[in-house]
Amino acid sequence: VTKSLKLSLTRRYRFAASHRLHRPEFSEAENVRVYGKCSNPHGHGHNYEVEVTVSGPVDPATGMIANLGDLDPFVQRQVVEPFDYKYLNEEIAEFAENVPTAENICREIYRRLKSFPAARVERVRVEETSKNSFEFDANATETS
Amino acid sequence: LEGPLVRGEDAMIRVTRKIEFSAAHFYHNPSFSEAENQRVFGKCANKHGHGHNYTLEVTVAGEPDPATGMVLDLKELKDILQREVGDRMDHRHLNFEVPELAGQIPTCENIAAAIWKLLEPKITRGTLDRVRLYESPDLFADCTAAESNGGRG
Repeated sequence: VTKSLKLSLTRRYRFAASHRLHRPEFSEAENVRVYGKCSNPHGHGHNYEVEVTVSGPVDPATGMIANLGDLDPFVQRQVVEPFDYKYLNEEIAEFAENVPTAENICREIYRRLKSFPAARVERVRVEETSKNSFEFDANATETS
Repeated sequence: LEGPLVRGEDAMIRVTRKIEFSAAHFYHNPSFSEAENQRVFGKCANKHGHGHNYTLEVTVAGEPDPATGMVLDLKELKDILQREVGDRMDHRHLNFEVPELAGQIPTCENIAAAIWKLLEPKITRGTLDRVRLYESPDLFADCTAAESNGGRG
């Protein structure tokens, strides 16, 4: 007997951007204490890798949860184009007040993708470097 | 370190084994017109087919046997994966040579679900937890049981 199955599809995207971790409410000493070298006033950058996971029924006519012909241009338009080769603190409005940590970048990417019409965006995973990664799980979040 | 090893429900461990296979496929729905096939499937509709190096990660969950310290014998899992998936799909054309995919579009999602159905009855130690099939490093499908048992998203 086969139990009912749950399927998801994950696609990987990339962008390169600079940022600075710094809060104006903190003193300089406090910024350095909290954010260390990430607080360098000139900023620094990363090659971000983003995994977007969508879930939902597989359309028997196409065999797909979502057509990459729809998902790719949507993610491109909502995230990759606005973020790629940008200074996140100044060129993405949401990071004017929110520190662009990878955690906040995860949340912002989810916010920009959650209206994807063809399937449910279930998870956004951001690798800031090959040594660290961050995950936003819509299933574990009230705001989903 | 003090105290016994954690046992019981809290002691569930996930074990993952990977295999690779290479196969050909194309996407075509006979009830679509040619133009519609082209529009929906793009270059995947090319009837000469194309291929991928698939990577399959199979995760089995269970409590390690106190006698062996293992959820299951990985060699046994490797043999199951080879028999059920490798022998069926490696260097095959998924549209024509794999009965489990007959009548379906051989997308990552459908192949992952077919692999789940092949493997689930064969896993007798521990339970099949997840089938993850990479079509390329940038695209994979996950298949899990609908009733989530570990809160995995």
